[in-house]
Amino acid sequence: MVSLLDIIGPVMVGPSSSHTAGACRIGLLARGLVGGTFDRAHIELHGSFARTGEGHGTDKAIIGGLLGFRPDDDRLRTALDIAEHEGLTFSFENTTISDNAHPNTVRITLDRGHRHHSLIGESIGAGRIRITEIDGYSVEVNGSHHTIVLVAEDVKGSVARIATLLADDGVNIATLRLSRQQRGGDAFMVIEVDEAPGEQVRDDLRALPWVRWTHRLDKVSA
Amino acid sequence: MYRALADAIRDADAQGKTLSQVALEAESADQARPISEIRDALRRALIVMRGAVEQGVVGDLKSASGLVGGDAAKLMASSNGPLSNSLFRDVLARALAVQEVNAAMGVIVAAPTAGGAGVLPAVLTGIAAARGIGEDALVSALATAGLIGAVVAERASLSGAEGGCQAETGAAAGMAAGAATEMLGGTPSQVGHAVALAQQATLGLICDPLGGLVELPCVFRNATGAAIAMAAIEMALAGVTFAIPADEVIDVMGEIGREMDVRYRETAGGGLAATPTGRRLARARLVQIKRSDA
Repeated sequence: MVSLLDIIGPVMVGPSSSHTAGACRIGLLARGLVGGTFDRAHIELHGSFARTGEGHGTDKAIIGGLLGFRPDDDRLRTALDIAEHEGLTFSFENTTISDNAHPNTVRITLDRGHRHHSLIGESIGAGRIRITEIDGYSVEVNGSHHTIVLVAEDVKGSVARIATLLADDGVNIATLRLSRQQRGGDAFMVIEVDEAPGEQVRDDLRALPWVRWTHRLDKVSA
Repeated sequence: MYRALADAIRDADAQGKTLSQVALEAESADQARPISEIRDALRRALIVMRGAVEQGVVGDLKSASGLVGGDAAKLMASSNGPLSNSLFRDVLARALAVQEVNAAMGVIVAAPTAGGAGVLPAVLTGIAAARGIGEDALVSALATAGLIGAVVAERASLSGAEGGCQAETGAAAGMAAGAATEMLGGTPSQVGHAVALAQQATLGLICDPLGGLVELPCVFRNATGAAIAMAAIEMALAGVTFAIPADEVIDVMGEIGREMDVRYRETAGGGLAATPTGRRLARARLVQIKRSDA
């Protein structure tokens, strides 16, 4: 669903809503996968991101987002220098993600401590984004909600248990999508919620023995 | 939000409301936020838009490449345009101003995108200044512009990489034309005709920035996009109608975008970017950017 405030916005540092602001938002969202700033990041750019990203500051915007800077933050201009200064390792590669991938697609692979995760994101215009894959699982996350991502063993009643837990913690579910790669295999849940889930929610989810890992992806757009 | 302008126009007519009212009501229902909050957010966008116009018309900005900048000030200083009145010239200058700020990595409102960010503030604030229109009417106009942009996003695209410049400055021209037509007292159906008249004029417009940078021709396409919007407003308010409904014009824009060769969709592989001069300037300039980074 398109919001008026997506169209009349975002307020942003130029020059491109798709290549700068959208790229920054994908970085911000990816940050949640490792729960903070990366130690090592590998960024694969596809299509127009690869061909014209440099001139648009796409590289700076993605690294800026990964550092936690928002699209209207002046520090985006110097994000690469800031990351280098902080001793972070990052690399860029131009690639073809797939023949039918969106023209502005990026795969971001992050390491932070023992955590290693990746996502594929698309910048679909006017600063709007879509995450299509996390750790190989197909997802659809657009950053307009706070989103909880979790991988759990495929046990009966897991969805009901999680829904109850969120309700008990006062969090309202907007959407819930479940996917798994095979019957009895791990279940991948993407839960968009109305309010920012607090530490309690994360601790409660992690206390469930059949939840392998869970992360909170921040809301990044209107 | 509405997926068809025709539906919004029908609701507005049936309830005796403006398109900005039905758009704000739809947004309020979608997002479960009071209308006052949405208007406040639009008001903040308006403040940033005005700031960018003011910053840009001073004329001391240079883009990273140095290819654009200073033209808004030139237009502002030309008191005796040979063809046009002062409002028209003022609108063109404001469009250049916002894009010059954008190219200099300044702060702007992407409405609908950064590449097309000059058209809407230029047309709305330019007309408001000339006609003494106040802030509340401008905020309402932004809601109408948002409705039009949302319909374009749903039916076609707002991305140059997906649909060429017709999806960025073209969409911006449609948004500005419709929003200003309402602001100047046009009926919902006149708003629809203004959108169709503006959008039809930009069908097929490619996205071909030199070196892939949002500078040249983007800065100038915003000024000409604003000019197209002004023409559409003038015609729609005079009662001129366009036989193909706005929704269908938008649909065809999306279709053309999907058919458009990838060279013409923000890849710098064709159009002005691939001319001998375009290639030469882009090469010289990208080298310069790398040096300034080092």
